[in-house]
Amino acid sequence: MRRPVDLTLSPSEQAFRDELRAWLEENHPGEEPKGENEAFEFRRTWQRRLHEAGYAGLSWPKEYGGRGATLVEQAIFGEELARAKAPPAANLLGLVMGGPVVIAHGTEEQKQRYLEPILSAEEIWCQGFSEPDSGSDLASLKTRAVRSNGEWVVTGQKVWTTLAHEAKWCMLVARTDQDAPKHQGLTYFLMDMEQDAVQVRPLRQITGEAEFNELFMEEARIPDENVLGGVGNGWPVAITTLMHERAGIGASSAISVKIALGQLVELAKERGVVDDPLVRQRFAQLEIEAEALRLNAWRGLTQVMKTGVPGPEGSLPKLQWAAVNQGLTELAMEIRGDEALLRDSEWTYRFLRARANSIEGGTTEVLKNIVAERVLGLPKLR
Amino acid sequence: MNFDFSDDQQAIKRTAKDLLATRFSPERVRELADAGDPQGDPPGIRPRYDENVWSELGELGWPGIFIDEEHGGQGLGAVELIILMEELGYALAPLPFLSNAAAGLVLQHAGSDEQRERWLPGIASGEARGTVGVGAGGEPPLVPDADSAELIVLLEADSGTVVEASAAEVEPLETIDATRRFDRVRADGGEPLGGDPGPAVDRIATAVAAELVGVSQRAMEMAVEYARERKQFGRPIGSYQAVSHACAQMLLETEGARSTTYWAAWCADAEPETLPLASSMAKAYASDAGWRVNASSLQVHGGIGFTWEHDLHFFLKRAKADGRLYGSAREHRERVAELCGLSRETAAATS
Repeated sequence: MRRPVDLTLSPSEQAFRDELRAWLEENHPGEEPKGENEAFEFRRTWQRRLHEAGYAGLSWPKEYGGRGATLVEQAIFGEELARAKAPPAANLLGLVMGGPVVIAHGTEEQKQRYLEPILSAEEIWCQGFSEPDSGSDLASLKTRAVRSNGEWVVTGQKVWTTLAHEAKWCMLVARTDQDAPKHQGLTYFLMDMEQDAVQVRPLRQITGEAEFNELFMEEARIPDENVLGGVGNGWPVAITTLMHERAGIGASSAISVKIALGQLVELAKERGVVDDPLVRQRFAQLEIEAEALRLNAWRGLTQVMKTGVPGPEGSLPKLQWAAVNQGLTELAMEIRGDEALLRDSEWTYRFLRARANSIEGGTTEVLKNIVAERVLGLPKLR
Repeated sequence: MNFDFSDDQQAIKRTAKDLLATRFSPERVRELADAGDPQGDPPGIRPRYDENVWSELGELGWPGIFIDEEHGGQGLGAVELIILMEELGYALAPLPFLSNAAAGLVLQHAGSDEQRERWLPGIASGEARGTVGVGAGGEPPLVPDADSAELIVLLEADSGTVVEASAAEVEPLETIDATRRFDRVRADGGEPLGGDPGPAVDRIATAVAAELVGVSQRAMEMAVEYARERKQFGRPIGSYQAVSHACAQMLLETEGARSTTYWAAWCADAEPETLPLASSMAKAYASDAGWRVNASSLQVHGGIGFTWEHDLHFFLKRAKADGRLYGSAREHRERVAELCGLSRETAAATS
């Protein structure tokens, strides 16, 4: 019986979940190989399989190769992949950001040219936004693009570029008008990564490996037809990209956190600390916060589906996820005692990696600014 | 999937909010808080309740909103109850609503047919109120509104006793909550409760969590308004991140309390097997959030937030008291740990 305030799925939503769950059971690719190149090819093959089954680019309109999935279906998809511990698709940035931004702002020619190779993982996409001097204050970025001989010439530097070494296309935001106010002098380009003028340097992070890269562009070339959304429109187009990045967190991250909490229970049992009152209290608090995260995400989704506008609860999942993930990795370290300091272990890796959660995809401080200003209506300082 | 109230439920919420706003302005709440004790003791310890408004709510069907129609109620559910509880918390209405609802919930879910027949109509109409005290071997130390109840239910872990108030010793307490009356109760005898009060207790905890959501929401709104208006160093203090981030954190915690509480109420009505976990999650989270949001709101208000004259302290103290009522955060977290896999039993069995 469907009740008002209804946290059950509708029959079609349930059918979607059942079908996906069954497909995942049949088609799960198994454990990811070690070694960066092997892992990447593994994820590429996995994405092709998802694409053949119609699960890549789920949210994209059908006419562009997607499924036109509803927000609930997208959330279910995220949850089920997390639940199955399936690997991410190789071309995640292309699927979640590149495709949607081309669909929203691209010409028909651009849609025809770029969308299918994203879905098939034939062309990998990376994101060239942040710079050493421009992180939270993205609009202050300095990479410049100058028009010369019918094309754009780009010089500058980007940082925190995931997948740059595998990528064919870079979503690049550069300054095209030095005199305009900073938000208005930017243009969004699709830059071909396969040119000598673009150098990729791995960026080693505190966990030891390099998920990210620095990009150095010394007079790289971009043709006119690779401008996305019009010259000078880079800021609104970039915002579309960022919004899609943030909307992705929510229901699926709640599931990942719950799985990690289940692993924490096993750890506590192994170490004989199940009766420790501090462990019990902290663990319970993390379970509660994980549930609040999941519920806030679903409440936010309901609001967006009804009104088209996210309610206040929609801004909160990314903030909460970072806090919960950091909290649970910290608790795991405490339970493990001195052994936690040894380098080569999954929990220790996660503990260090979690430090970035409150920074990547929008820092906790910036997200609180957004909540304070746009939800609570508090005045800006800047 | 629809994690939102239905149109009917939204209407209940709107009506409740508007009615309580007119009946319980901040001035009226303060008046009732101060009016309580006629003996000349310091004001603002034990409130006087507005019995006229109580009768009005009885006629509107509020006290019996979750009680079955056969016994004089509206036949609605936990979701409708928590909608009212949130608005009552928001208004900080000095009324014996929670205590009476607690008794109604126990009798509705665990009373024998005879007990329900006898007591529910008076609870539903509000004309013969009840209350619930928990623990301490039949001598619960903190029972709301025992002094004006006709019926007192005393609960232990999985059983209860139903006592007529006239047969109990009721000792008034002076607590920090100036908008609710509390008593210590001692009673011998009485009759055993028909069934297991567990499911009722989970609903009571959820109801208190909902009240905490309303109290938090109000405290947060007061802080935000103050941060917009109050200027120092030439600008509104809300433009400073230390203040604006504190407000953002208040929103995060209020919304977390809200989400878990609404979920728990939904579980009560539609997925009862999940209610034990959901109600404990909601009560634990809301208990902490209620206090933290109010404490943070006081901080944002600066010196004026520390005065008796400003309304905030009434909310702050209600939040603290509610944090302890029908299970503290710590007790509910212990239950969550148990239900989420840190099971003491299996640990003992495998060691």
